[in-house]
Amino acid sequence: MSASAAAEALGAPAELRQRQWATLARATLRQWRARIGLAIFLLMVLIALVGPALAPHNPDAFVAAPNSPAGQHGLLFGSDYIGRDVWSRFLDGGRSILGMAVAATALGVGLGTLVGLTAAYLSGLIDEALMRVADVFMAFPQIVLALLVVTALGPKVWLIILVVGISHAPRTARVIRGAAQQIVERDFVKAAEAVGEPRRRIIFGELLPNVTSPLLVEFGLRLTYSIGLIAGLNFIGLGIQPPAADWGVMINENRLSVTVQPWGVLLPVLAIALLTIGTNLLTDGFARATIGIERGE
Amino acid sequence: MAVAEHGEAVVVRGLRIDLTATGDDIVDAIDMEVRAGEVLGLVGESGSGKTTVGMALLGYCRPGGRVTGGEVLIDGRPLAAMAAGELRRLRGGTVSYIPQDPGTALNPALRIGRQLSEMLEAHAAQMHDEQRAARVREALAEVALPADEEFLRRYPHQLSGGQQQRVAIAMAFACRPHVIVCDEPTTGLDVTTQARVLQTIRELCVSHRVAAVYVSHDLAVIAELADRVAVMYAGRIVERGPRDEIFSHPRHPYTRRLLRAVPDLHGARAVIGIPGRAPLPGNRPPGCFFAPRCDLALERCRSEFPAPTALGDGHVVLCHRAGELAEGEDQPGRPPTAGPPGEVVVEVRRVDARHGSRQVLHDVALTVARNECVALVGESGSGKTTLARCIAGLHHNYTGEVVLAGQTLAHSARARSAQARRQIQYVFQNPYASLNPRRTVGQTIARQLRLFGARGSRQQIGARVAECLERVALSAAAANRFPDQLSGGERQRVAIARALAAEPMLLVCDEVTSALDVSVQAAIVELLGQLREQTGLSMLFITHNLALIRTIADRVVVMTDGRIVEEGPTVQVFTAPRAQYTQNLLANTPTVEAAIGR
Repeated sequence: MSASAAAEALGAPAELRQRQWATLARATLRQWRARIGLAIFLLMVLIALVGPALAPHNPDAFVAAPNSPAGQHGLLFGSDYIGRDVWSRFLDGGRSILGMAVAATALGVGLGTLVGLTAAYLSGLIDEALMRVADVFMAFPQIVLALLVVTALGPKVWLIILVVGISHAPRTARVIRGAAQQIVERDFVKAAEAVGEPRRRIIFGELLPNVTSPLLVEFGLRLTYSIGLIAGLNFIGLGIQPPAADWGVMINENRLSVTVQPWGVLLPVLAIALLTIGTNLLTDGFARATIGIERGE
Repeated sequence: MAVAEHGEAVVVRGLRIDLTATGDDIVDAIDMEVRAGEVLGLVGESGSGKTTVGMALLGYCRPGGRVTGGEVLIDGRPLAAMAAGELRRLRGGTVSYIPQDPGTALNPALRIGRQLSEMLEAHAAQMHDEQRAARVREALAEVALPADEEFLRRYPHQLSGGQQQRVAIAMAFACRPHVIVCDEPTTGLDVTTQARVLQTIRELCVSHRVAAVYVSHDLAVIAELADRVAVMYAGRIVERGPRDEIFSHPRHPYTRRLLRAVPDLHGARAVIGIPGRAPLPGNRPPGCFFAPRCDLALERCRSEFPAPTALGDGHVVLCHRAGELAEGEDQPGRPPTAGPPGEVVVEVRRVDARHGSRQVLHDVALTVARNECVALVGESGSGKTTLARCIAGLHHNYTGEVVLAGQTLAHSARARSAQARRQIQYVFQNPYASLNPRRTVGQTIARQLRLFGARGSRQQIGARVAECLERVALSAAAANRFPDQLSGGERQRVAIARALAAEPMLLVCDEVTSALDVSVQAAIVELLGQLREQTGLSMLFITHNLALIRTIADRVVVMTDGRIVEEGPTVQVFTAPRAQYTQNLLANTPTVEAAIGR
């Protein structure tokens, strides 16, 4: 059906906008990478959310001899280095990492978008200043920045979210600034300026809706980094503190006995790997879909 | 020179190209012949399939398309039978191409000399280096460019747009092709440059006996250049024949309407647009494709696709009424009349403006009175858009004064009062960029209404939006569309509706029709004329197209290099121009009337 014929049949703006997103979603899911990514992502999110309710044992309870092999004592994947149920701890350990990763990403991408759009719109000195500050932040590898703050102020959940989020912000700001710079040049922004539209409304009303595609891609990408970073912090012991069940913590706890009882390490490692791969495939598929749609394919 | 037995370098018979995805045809039943030394003008509006046909002569098909019928013969040999390697040698060798935008067609990393000799290396490998160098110099001389070392060592960005286009033409002619396809090569050029480029193409075609297909939407250019003309509409050639026949005795209603949409430089004939839009592939009506927009259509036109009617001398028309409509006189349009100008609305006093360190306006003064339409004419780079932006508060770097109804305005729109911002409204050149693609038309106009003080419920604002759309002859249903669901003309109407929603005193129209097809351009000009008649709006109409403003402007201001060189009542400027620059501009503007001596 041609564009004009499609337009005839359409009604309210809300419905139209939904259709635009539906087109994008279809173009995304037409690709195998995106379908696989979505399946993996949904599976891992499901485990993280529903897992705690399905855990056969209390994740903190000692239920068997340490490092019991899989299948013994009715434990599906055996017990960990101090005799807790690996399966139950695995099911229970996804929620914290996923929650923290999403929170940190939302914070970082939100902040980065605000800075990126402001820099792109105001340009000139303010743009320079914001971007130089971003450069300073980007000079530190994200994990170093996180370690620095967490060792200084202590391993607190809110602090980890904050520092991981802030470490994402300059990277997102760069991407969004780049995307928005092309939008700022367009005449509809000039038209808004000519009628005296407030700056805040130009940034959020004119620019933001036109960078939603890169924004979503950026969110997906930063989410994978967040998962890796937070798992890393938990692994080093600067994140969530034992005895809480968490995938990162589990890897750390059980790594010494990995030769005797591999499941305690293998399950959380697989989970983290799958979560990042799934997120990444989905994001990649979405990014390809937006490019394809722009090309008119 | 190897040509087919009848001397036709290009023969196209029954060519059909389909969209691979749906099987709908993009173009069908394309028949044409071009003889050596002859120029065929292929005229059509955007989406008519003219570029698709032009590319088919090079053996190309756009992605998503496929040749499914008919044949293209170059020098009597069918392209379809050629192997890939043979086709590659053909392109640029036997058939060459002049693109629309030389800026993107020339490799920015290669010097001019290198670009040209590379072309020769690919297609005339037997040449020695000295022969090749001689040919490069010859090719540049043919297009009136210097061929010295200094010039050959330049990069494309060091040339002007006109020089770039002439380099592209030199490249196209360097291998001595038999056929040349020109895809609107003068669209981006100023009239003076355009005139020179057209003359170059014309001379080269004659001197080298090249068969040229000149694809364009500009009827005036075609009238100046072509020997024969084919008019395309919705993927069909609806009328073809010798140039004088087509322009003096057009038979197809579409050709006639198209000619009436072309602005006339000499008379005061009003331009009249064609309502509606051309049907897209897969969406075409069962009968004649033009029937839904044709005011002469009969019952038969709506049900039955017309067969070609030959009228002798190669004049072929696809219309059921070709015979009867022989000499039917079309009514000349009445130019809109507005009341006499009132008091001065906007005055520009001694404005000097700069872009960075470069001064683009020198001591410019201008007034626009109530109820007056002032046309600001100039070529690209003359500073006309900068002046308009100074008035609208979008260009801040100027000295001098912009006075609105007695009050000097601040330089930046943001620093002006809401009242001042309301009273000067700006309509941008490109309607594809001036509307936020993420907002519906209704949201865009509603925002403008609220910004300038409209209060009320959603329903009340919605009713106001509908009124605004009706004023520009759009249906209220358009409010629910996003800009990408509208055609270029419809978008420009929305942009005008947005400007009028503020109820301004002055409407600044910055090249508002230059991104549009001629029939749409005519409709927009018609609309602006009617709006003036109804509302007594003042207008500053900025354009590079002199012919366009003949019927709508009261006064003309001509600018070049940031200075005003002539100013006066429209009739006076057109009939007795004083400035040399205006005289050149008038002489170089191609018109249908001048070309066919009518």
